[in-house]
Amino acid sequence: MKRTTLALLLSAAGAIGFAGLAKAETPVKIGIVQATSGGSAALYGVMQKNGAELAIDEINASGKLGDYKLIGIHQDDGGDRGQTVNVFQRLINQEKVAVILGPTLTTSAFAADPIAQKAGVPVIASSNTAPGVPEIGDYIFRTSPPEAMVFPGVLAYVKKKFAPKTAAQIYGIDDVLMKSAYAVHKKALESEGIKIVSTETFQKGDVDYSAQLTKIKAANPDILVIGGLAEETANIVRQARQLGIPPSTVIMGANAAISNKLAELAGAAANGFVVGAGWFINYDSPTNKAFLDGYRKKYNSDPDTFAAQAYTSVYVVADAVKRAGGVSDLKKFRDAIAATKDLEANNGKFSFDEHREPVIQPKVLVMKDGKFTLATD
Amino acid sequence: MSTFLQQLVNGISLGSTYAVFAMGCTLIFGVLNIVNMAQGAFFMGGAYFGLEAAQLGLPAPLALVVALLGGGLLGVLSELVIFRTLRARGGHRWMGLVASLALARMLVGVAQEAFGTQVQRYPASPLLQISWEFGGVRVQFLQVVILVVSLLLMAALAFLLQRSSVGRAIRTVAFSEDVARIVGVPVGRTILITFFLAGALAGASGMLLGNLFNVVSPFMGEQMLVKGLTVIILGGLGNVPGAVAGGFLLGLIEVFSVAYVSSSFRDAIGFGLIFVILLVKPNGLFSSFEERRA
Repeated sequence: MKRTTLALLLSAAGAIGFAGLAKAETPVKIGIVQATSGGSAALYGVMQKNGAELAIDEINASGKLGDYKLIGIHQDDGGDRGQTVNVFQRLINQEKVAVILGPTLTTSAFAADPIAQKAGVPVIASSNTAPGVPEIGDYIFRTSPPEAMVFPGVLAYVKKKFAPKTAAQIYGIDDVLMKSAYAVHKKALESEGIKIVSTETFQKGDVDYSAQLTKIKAANPDILVIGGLAEETANIVRQARQLGIPPSTVIMGANAAISNKLAELAGAAANGFVVGAGWFINYDSPTNKAFLDGYRKKYNSDPDTFAAQAYTSVYVVADAVKRAGGVSDLKKFRDAIAATKDLEANNGKFSFDEHREPVIQPKVLVMKDGKFTLATD
Repeated sequence: MSTFLQQLVNGISLGSTYAVFAMGCTLIFGVLNIVNMAQGAFFMGGAYFGLEAAQLGLPAPLALVVALLGGGLLGVLSELVIFRTLRARGGHRWMGLVASLALARMLVGVAQEAFGTQVQRYPASPLLQISWEFGGVRVQFLQVVILVVSLLLMAALAFLLQRSSVGRAIRTVAFSEDVARIVGVPVGRTILITFFLAGALAGASGMLLGNLFNVVSPFMGEQMLVKGLTVIILGGLGNVPGAVAGGFLLGLIEVFSVAYVSSSFRDAIGFGLIFVILLVKPNGLFSSFEERRA
């Protein structure tokens, strides 16, 4: 009895102390789970960490959230899903974060997102593009448009412009994201009535694609669709052209291939490479301009799609914090995230649909002299 | 037909990098009866040494020398720090295997810190863009250069082992360390030289492969190590000419399994072959070369 009273008193004192603090500043802890080491994954992870941290700094400096202060807690999962699970548990149980941004890889999302779902902590991904990620549960969102939302539009553009009859596909067979991208590509090609004349695979860590590409060259397709990450795609594109696959064969990539690294690794061979994106660097809007200026000033380099999407994720969080009146009730906070509608983002107006997928206008990009440019028809 | 010939070119070109790398692995095995798991890391190290040299503006042949020396230096380091220490303490040779695996992880970690995890490429040069076409078969200038360099390295090693006093010393130590000691061969120095040569070959093949496929990353050595082990089993453990033949053979097998079976079976066929060879010809495909062992 005595002990209970004491505990009550203590917690009351704690609450008062906390309330006193809250008057000055209420922290909103945001877990940022992005790979900053571990091969290809780091390519996307670093960009997203940068984008998210930039947005956090901007929002805190602007004072638009009043007493709420966003605190980003970055954890590196090395692109390893076991590590992602550990990091999620730490962020949820020890740091008591209100929301988690990430993880970098879809494979990690399938392993770790259920933990957050069970704990009732919202997760917003900005690079998971495989089908089925938001289906993990009603607390899982993403600002990265899935391949299925982007690729059909890109293919429609290519079909209109080049009237292809045949296609070849090559994809990474040991990567969840690329396998599902392959399925999306295949379905889109079939529904456009384009005949698939050759299907080849590769594995993580492969550097020599000449055998597969020689086979594809012999099949002489009108288009070549690559289901690979940026580094792999760059090498496939370069080796394809070296082996004499003619420029008349249009090469298309998956959403995940969009990276500034692509042009650097592939060089001139990447000219004419077509890909779809949710965001685009020269998108003309004041919000995007502010994003670009801020990013270049802070990091001395250009952002990519993933940085842009992570940046948007943080603005989605801030908007929801405001509408939900804080994060003390995570259920209410989740509902506010789900209700995001027409938020002014760096790629136009941003909303979530009823499946917690982003509603955006996909853009078709073509590589020209080392830069992605908006396709003009 | 032109597709077949193109695949032949692809296979030979891939095989030449395997051959150079595997020569180093098999040399160590032949002399010391140990597998140095850090060879893959030396391969990666050599690629970065070459890359740094090339980015400093050194012409490619000099960058290759830097890669050679850099890889060799790492080899020497592994002998001095790990293998010699373990031998002096009478350690079992499995300890060397595990310790070299640890060294490989450390070197990968160092490379990650020093160069970042992103894939890098060698500076573009118009020379590397040259390619010829013969009846639908594309041959790149770079492929020819790499094949020639590989053959030169193989010839140099063969000459060194067969004709020089260092080579005689290495072969004597390979035969028996005790015999070598009795006839007055400086065993410690000879082993050190062997590690230098093996590291140098790994480093050189790192730069060759990095150039050919435009890929330099801290993790590039891991897959190569597995290929190297496959090759030396194919060619016979410790058999240098066998490693050369095995390297080309593995390159061709990989390419032709993609070409005529399926790209999904590329590694399955390569590694499946190890089982078959170990069961049927445990001394390697070229066991008739046994007397030529290093």
